Amino acid sequence: MKRVLRVDPIACDGHGLCAELVPERISRDDWGFPIVDGDPVPDALEKHARRAVAACPMHALRLERRP
Amino acid sequence: MSKATAETTVRALPGPLPRLLLALEGGHTPTLARHLAAYGSMQESRDLVDEVEAADLRGRGGAAFPTAAKLRAARGRRRAIVVANGAEAEPTSAKDRALCRLAPHLVLDGVVAAARAVGAHRAVVAVGSRSIAERAALERALAERPTRERVRVDVASVSPSFVAGEETALLQALCGRLAKPTLKPPYPFERGLGGRPTLVQNVETLAHVALIARFGASWFRSAGTTDAPGSALVTLGGVVRRPGVHEIEAGAALADTLERLGGLREPAAAYLVGGYFGRWVDAREARSLELTPDVLGAGAVLAFPARGCAVVECARVLRYLALQSAGQCGPCTFGLPAIAGAAEDLAPGTALGEQRLAQLLRWAGQVRGRGACRHPDGVARFAESAAAVFADDFAAHAGHGRCGRPHLGVLPA
Repeated sequence: MKRVLRVDPIACDGHGLCAELVPERISRDDWGFPIVDGDPVPDALEKHARRAVAACPMHALRLERRP
Repeated sequence: MSKATAETTVRALPGPLPRLLLALEGGHTPTLARHLAAYGSMQESRDLVDEVEAADLRGRGGAAFPTAAKLRAARGRRRAIVVANGAEAEPTSAKDRALCRLAPHLVLDGVVAAARAVGAHRAVVAVGSRSIAERAALERALAERPTRERVRVDVASVSPSFVAGEETALLQALCGRLAKPTLKPPYPFERGLGGRPTLVQNVETLAHVALIARFGASWFRSAGTTDAPGSALVTLGGVVRRPGVHEIEAGAALADTLERLGGLREPAAAYLVGGYFGRWVDAREARSLELTPDVLGAGAVLAFPARGCAVVECARVLRYLALQSAGQCGPCTFGLPAIAGAAEDLAPGTALGEQRLAQLLRWAGQVRGRGACRHPDGVARFAESAAAVFADDFAAHAGHGRCGRPHLGVLPA
């Protein structure tokens, strides 16, 4: 069971907390919007990923299961 | 699979072409009688989805998605509805409107066949609000159709904006909301118009379905190539001898197809294939590029004249495309105007030319794949392919100011 981070680009407003909390997986483009690495989140990063999902003020970030 | 019975005098379709444009007889009203004389009647087919799959029909709206897969996905769901997309806001494309105006019964046959195949009893044909003649032709045709067709078809007018052609934006517009794309999933076949499972298909795709329902998959594949079977409508533009809508066999090479359709008025520097979310192709690649459904995209081929300045025209189109953004997603809302701005600076020339060109390419790469719809992807492809194909022109503009050629205004926007 893999987990990947995914952003809803419509809900996202570019606040950037996600990039701050999971820089290993999320960077920001030239306008401040998140570029999300779609690779599976390793166990070591899962806690950080969940914190980022919770922190997003727009609820735009999700941690999704992939088979 | 039962083929159309020979009770009506069906004129055997001559050659591989024409197919979709068969019933045209120089300006006559496309009546039901003329339609039946050209094609015969369409029998109800139980195995239509299988036949469409065997035909390997791909969508003709731009995404070239396998039509059978869409039909299967929508089938068996309660209260399904069919939406025929005839909105065609792509400026370089005129084929869908031509089809609605000139062969409305073929489109409606396809709508009814698709509806039966997925178990839907309601359908909507969407056209742009400025497409008065197209709406009139469809409504006139609807009035002629027999009531025993157990599908209710309505014609609806939607915003003529570029983004309204995107399937989820179209569904929003049909609900009376602003034509803005929604995130997928959920897909229209799961939750679409009014929450109902919705099959969205381009009108040309449905016209092909109508013919496959009559003549079968083998017939469909008797035109085109093994990898790209069937025929397709293309809108020729730019410096071609015969601009307008033509029907071609899919899979043929671009250069060969253009020759067969009358060739060029003057030398072309490059071709824009697939409309504004297609890509630029140079003359050398044109000789080998096969016009498969995914290459054809919106079915538009535009020949750009060698004597014109491509940079200034691409800048104009990039600004147009930036203004078409629905404004929902950051990378698109901010990135597209940035790309357009960089291109606009390159057009007249600027001391910052090298920097602006580098930014244009960087930003094109950054916006790709980062919106809720494929609009930023289309812009990225347009910009990157232009910079590659017109590399010398862009270098001239980035370097010493300009290429020296005039702005001819060939690209519509």
